[in-house]
Amino acid sequence: MANEVVDHGRRRFLTATTSVVGGVGVVAAVVPFIKSWEPSERAKAAGAPVMADIGKIELGQKVDYAWRGLPVFVVRRTKDQLAVLPSLAPRLVDPNSEVDQQPTYIKGPARSIKPEWLVLIGICTHLGCVPEFFPQIKPEPFDPNWKGGFFCPCHKSRYDLSGRVFSGVPAPKNLQVPPYHFVDDTHIQIGVDPKEAG
Amino acid sequence: MANVFTRMGDWVNERAPGMMPAYRKHMTEYYAPKNFNLWYYFGSLALLVLVNQIVTGIFLTMNYKTSAAEAFASVEYIMRDVEWGWLIRYMHSTGASLFFVVVFLHMFRGLMYGSYKKPRELVWLLGMLIFLVLMAEAFMGYVLPWGNMSFWGAKVIISLFGTIPVIGGTLVEWIMGDYLPADATLNRFFALHVIALPLVLLLLVVLHIAALHEVGSNNPDGVEIKKGPKGNRWDALKPADGIPFHPYYTVKDLVGVGFFLLIAAFIIFFAPTFGGWFLEHDNFIPANNLVTPSHIKPVWYFTPFYAILRMIPSFFGTAVWGVLAMFGAIALLFALPWIDAGKVKSVRYRGTGFKVALGLFAASFILLGAVGAGVTAEVIPEWFGDVDVTFWENLFGRLMTLIYFGYFVFLWLYTRRGWETTRPVPERVTTHD
Repeated sequence: MANEVVDHGRRRFLTATTSVVGGVGVVAAVVPFIKSWEPSERAKAAGAPVMADIGKIELGQKVDYAWRGLPVFVVRRTKDQLAVLPSLAPRLVDPNSEVDQQPTYIKGPARSIKPEWLVLIGICTHLGCVPEFFPQIKPEPFDPNWKGGFFCPCHKSRYDLSGRVFSGVPAPKNLQVPPYHFVDDTHIQIGVDPKEAG
Repeated sequence: MANVFTRMGDWVNERAPGMMPAYRKHMTEYYAPKNFNLWYYFGSLALLVLVNQIVTGIFLTMNYKTSAAEAFASVEYIMRDVEWGWLIRYMHSTGASLFFVVVFLHMFRGLMYGSYKKPRELVWLLGMLIFLVLMAEAFMGYVLPWGNMSFWGAKVIISLFGTIPVIGGTLVEWIMGDYLPADATLNRFFALHVIALPLVLLLLVVLHIAALHEVGSNNPDGVEIKKGPKGNRWDALKPADGIPFHPYYTVKDLVGVGFFLLIAAFIIFFAPTFGGWFLEHDNFIPANNLVTPSHIKPVWYFTPFYAILRMIPSFFGTAVWGVLAMFGAIALLFALPWIDAGKVKSVRYRGTGFKVALGLFAASFILLGAVGAGVTAEVIPEWFGDVDVTFWENLFGRLMTLIYFGYFVFLWLYTRRGWETTRPVPERVTTHD
């Protein structure tokens, strides 16, 4: 037995196959650990749709709702605020909302289902801060030509009153519009498309 | 009595024969160059702080509650109700900042004396890995008190991964285990902060020292004492310019430890938040996912890298460039042994171009830190009055970013194009008698 010639090809084959099978086993064993980091069922359940009563929101006022732990801004815009929106196009990165940041039924400079009502996820598209609401059409320290909108205190990104991002700021995209629909004149449901609802 | 100890020693050595040789190899018969100066304190000080972090950390976990609902209150409980809890917590939080002070100085020493060069590339790479793990460790530790800056800092830093095309969004949810930093995030960060990363850190520190002791320490002259004359007072075959690490450098390091503890104690007792630099004011408010602090900024040791992130605008519809630049700033340090092709190690004998470049590099790093911490945004209107702060801040920050990256480009060209005029390196360390 001791003098038998070593079959190197066979030894290599056995080493290689054992390593591959063992490697596959290790990879398979890693999967549960990786998957354990995904949002749990409880976290997913907490992401359920939210009903917002907007009946008491005044003109020019903003109210925050929480959906999936995200702040959702609901703004009731005035005629003046809506009127300046089209004129801002040259200063914006994506004035016609071409980048995928809204459901397909959100179109035009107002970026809303009913022009008066703006619904946005209040998370800056740069690094996730909450932009502040500066609704007045008047010069602000950060922009002498301010026409109303949102200003992110973290890295000074600016958005107009439709959540469209100005060019020359760190944020790359417009603020996201969540799926929502009008249940009646004074209620919207955040998290559900009109199609799904109707 | 002595007999009893000798016999006990023999008993152990017979059963663990490697112990005394290892002790001799790394302590009494590790011959370090005899010309170490002040810059050589920071390696042993880093080790001291590491021990401090582990010991105080263990005691903090005895009262800390790992849950989004209870974490903030449990830290306040440690501060107010636990006997000496305030001291243990401030030792830990001050230790974290001083860890970076010591490590930055330790790294600068390496840059100055060319300690990253052949044959110490592996020592440098392991050291850089330690730096990387240390940053992860510090970041996760800062999240644990679940103050408002913990929350928003976590959110901003995790969002960095969201800028990666295609997989970004999923990756962010995977890291957080929720749609925002939440209980799941806090728990996993706790696990990584107290178990996973410290284990990795300790392993890397052992490897860093083992790799160092294999090739031997560099010194302020950048002379290889192993290539110099042989024979010192203790061993005829060992480098003439080497002295035993123990007791010579252990005693020297103790002096450094004394000074260091004096400074640390002063901070812990009189200025534990260090004016909002070590513990930010916004972190004394509980985490609130609907209210952003008006200035989100990381703790000071991340600010230079954070400034680079902020200075790079997004284009082609993505913010990934700033993130790439920020990680690139660290990746380039890893590659330093191969970027710098100069044969002369120590700044003492290198060309004027290198000295100027290193000075500018260090200055740009500090000034980027000032930009990242929001200092420039404050002083620009103070010093220059009514000017466009954003414009000037960006201009200044981008110039500093350019200098930071320029250092590596310059070093590459400088050492390869023959632009460097070096001075003759002495045969032996300059203070060899």
